Amino acid sequence: MNAKLHNFFLNTLCLAVGVLLSLGFWSLLSATVAKDLPTPAATWEVAKPYILEPFAKRGEQDQGILRLVGYSLALVAKGYAIALIVGTPIGFLLGLSKGFARVFDPIVQVLRPVSPLAWLPLGMVLFLGTGRQALENGALFTIAICAMWPTVLNTAVGVRAIPQDYLNVGRVLKLSRVKMLFKIMVPATLPYMFTGFRLSLGIAWLVIVAAEMLTGRTGVGSFLWNEYNNANYGNIIFSILTIGFIGFILDRLMSVAESRFKTA
Amino acid sequence: MSSFLDLSRLHKTFPTPKGPLTVVKDFNLKVRKGEFIALIGHSGCGKSTVLSMIAGLADVSLGGIVLAGKEVNSAGPDRGVVFQSPCLLPWYTALENVLLGVEQVYYTASKLERRQIAEYYLSVVGLADAMHKRPAELSQGMRQRCGIARAFALSPKMLLLDEPFGMLDNLTKMELQDVLLDLWQRDQKTALIVTHDVDEALYLADRVVMMTDGPEATVGDIFEVKFPRPRNRLQLLEDPAYYEAREYLLHFLNERSHHRPALPADLPPPPAPKPPATGLRRIMDALAAA
Repeated sequence: MNAKLHNFFLNTLCLAVGVLLSLGFWSLLSATVAKDLPTPAATWEVAKPYILEPFAKRGEQDQGILRLVGYSLALVAKGYAIALIVGTPIGFLLGLSKGFARVFDPIVQVLRPVSPLAWLPLGMVLFLGTGRQALENGALFTIAICAMWPTVLNTAVGVRAIPQDYLNVGRVLKLSRVKMLFKIMVPATLPYMFTGFRLSLGIAWLVIVAAEMLTGRTGVGSFLWNEYNNANYGNIIFSILTIGFIGFILDRLMSVAESRFKTA
Repeated sequence: MSSFLDLSRLHKTFPTPKGPLTVVKDFNLKVRKGEFIALIGHSGCGKSTVLSMIAGLADVSLGGIVLAGKEVNSAGPDRGVVFQSPCLLPWYTALENVLLGVEQVYYTASKLERRQIAEYYLSVVGLADAMHKRPAELSQGMRQRCGIARAFALSPKMLLLDEPFGMLDNLTKMELQDVLLDLWQRDQKTALIVTHDVDEALYLADRVVMMTDGPEATVGDIFEVKFPRPRNRLQLLEDPAYYEAREYLLHFLNERSHHRPALPADLPPPPAPKPPATGLRRIMDALAAA
């Protein structure tokens, strides 16, 4: 217990040292080379109304930070859900069928490295017919297609890595295809799938900022861009920190879920 | 005598880059109903391949397998297989692992009846208190007990055991051999065990089938084990006939199983090591190595 407490204090101390060093470097930068960069104190001053009243709604763009994060997370959740629902079966098909892999693997490899910024215009074109919803739908499309790949690839790897022993058990018991899939293949692939899910969530969160900046949909990303246009540079830094924090928390949450399935 | 399991002219060939390799060649065996057969031979001789073909997990290249009047051409729950590593599914408890098979075989039974069947076999193998544990929480021996329960719970026509006790310590092994014999006698099953343990073969089997070394492995000899059942390990150890039988099997494994030709007399000697390089050559070599 004592060692645990000792460890906790050490970790906190190290964290404080890291934060102080970064703040020092930041102050130094804004005092010397980058005169336009707000100091940490100035940043706190502009960010204060957004932090102290995190759920306030003063106008379309002028809202508390957690409210803004909420808008972004809601869209990420939708796009991410689509990515998993579409990506997991594709991953299974790629892993199960050599023919399917031969036909579609090259296409996946070519589409995978395409930047979210490139997908967004295409997404908006695709949903032109939906009128005012086109921006939102385009953003959803972009999140879904960019976030899908880690899930697709990790699921495929997981399916190929199912031990032959488990499949033999299924063959000896003459399990039906459905039972084979849900009682043996899916549980055996689950650890790999969750690694894919975690990476996908990271990408979805990465894409939302770009999507909001370009579409102007209310959220952290568009807040950042607007504050740049309003010359409130302190809020750019504040937004970056917020995006980083939320991304970190999401990743931690997924890690916990992942490790639960790893031990099973 | 009508045979229950009939292996006739069984061949297994694998394609290799150097052309097809015949692993098992012209393997013939007839097994009576209720008989316990042990298949022994050196590691890699192809005895597991024979078992896989009977299980339907490996294709038969040539020849045929007839079990209870029906040709075997795919895997199925009428043959309970106990694998070397128990192959339990780690995401299910011991009970769920057994139930998975029971549901396949007793699909008309009620949920309660299926559960009773699974619980019965788990109790018989001594896992009554550990049914709700996952494989990771069980010892090697307990996992293999569960593997045996799963195979018997299918109520198969035949049991196939592929070196089931190979990974266990000696005490656990003896315990599980007794569990196996007990179940086998209770259910009157036909069984075939692949092993390289001569004592295990003599303790369990009615007939010991000795396989020659691969490739082109086949039946080298068959030994009838005439000790009365139920067998008692201690009594066996006092029986001089047991040592004669043991000697006979070991002699086969050590001497007669090899049918490969002796080394030719004019075998060239291994190449002599190169003399150490000197002068400029040595410097060049050192530079190349760096």
